[in-house]
Amino acid sequence: MRVGVPSEKACGDLAKKVKEISKEDVLSCYQCGMCSAGCPVAFAMDLPPRQIIRLLQLGLEEDIAKSKTIWLCTSCLTCSVRCPRGLDLAKVMEALRLISLRKNIDYVRPAEISRDALAELPQIVLVSSLRKHTA
Amino acid sequence: MELSYYPGCTLKTRAKNFEDSAIASMAALGINLKEIPRWNCCGAVYSLADDDLIHQLAPVRDLIRVKEQEQGKVIVLCSLCFNTLKRANLLMRNDAEKRKTLNSFMDEEVDYNGEVEVVHLLEVLRDDIGWKTVSDKLKVPLKHLKLAPYYGCTLLRPQEVAIDQMERPTILHQLVQALGAEPIDFPLRH
Repeated sequence: MRVGVPSEKACGDLAKKVKEISKEDVLSCYQCGMCSAGCPVAFAMDLPPRQIIRLLQLGLEEDIAKSKTIWLCTSCLTCSVRCPRGLDLAKVMEALRLISLRKNIDYVRPAEISRDALAELPQIVLVSSLRKHTA
Repeated sequence: MELSYYPGCTLKTRAKNFEDSAIASMAALGINLKEIPRWNCCGAVYSLADDDLIHQLAPVRDLIRVKEQEQGKVIVLCSLCFNTLKRANLLMRNDAEKRKTLNSFMDEEVDYNGEVEVVHLLEVLRDDIGWKTVSDKLKVPLKHLKLAPYYGCTLLRPQEVAIDQMERPTILHQLVQALGAEPIDFPLRH
């Protein structure tokens, strides 16, 4: 017998909000780990991308909030183009960042960027960071 | 031949050498890169949120500046600008509802429907000029030099903006070869 689980009943509020912003359904993920295997920043993440998706499926919002993973995601789209389920993880990460930023909490504070960093970094890096990490 | 080009913030500051060398190289190949007037920030990173249209305004305004030049095509050198402009262009071409909202919001501008083409400098070298012409024009071949091309993310993903095969890009290898050097592979090249 085929048993279907309606997504709106199976996941938490955060996953619903993510779906609203990104149009991506995290329940389509079957946890193969392709995203984490190819992620060029996974080495620096406390939780690999696959686990962020699992926490979303389970509605464990606090664990996601404690993790730095969504802020380390560079939106390089390696996971998005390789996911065998067609889940656009970069959009999910963006939605999670926006849910936090829309509460007016900046992740990067421009005033705290050192003078040395400002002198060294290419302009586009600063613009991109402020664009992705500030409200 | 004259082609419109969009510089972006970094080519005017930290990567000024990239702009200078690209303009000079293209002039040697018979193409005059003409900077589009009144360009603004490309937006730097393409917005991945479905409900966020405000961040599409900057790249679309740049595309309108190109449309006003009546060139039909804009050359981009910075890979981040290339990605943001090309994706915003596809959005304006393919999403009628968002196109309408954006055009209505920018009431002072002419309507934009994705008419122009966004191309990266490497594509012009490969498709319009050709590697053979590049080789023929060489003054100092880079003989005995080994170069490891790094493609980065934004020239190859997503699929609809990729300038080459996503998982096996060769365009930079071809350029390195055309310049007389030897391309070296490494695992994280793209």
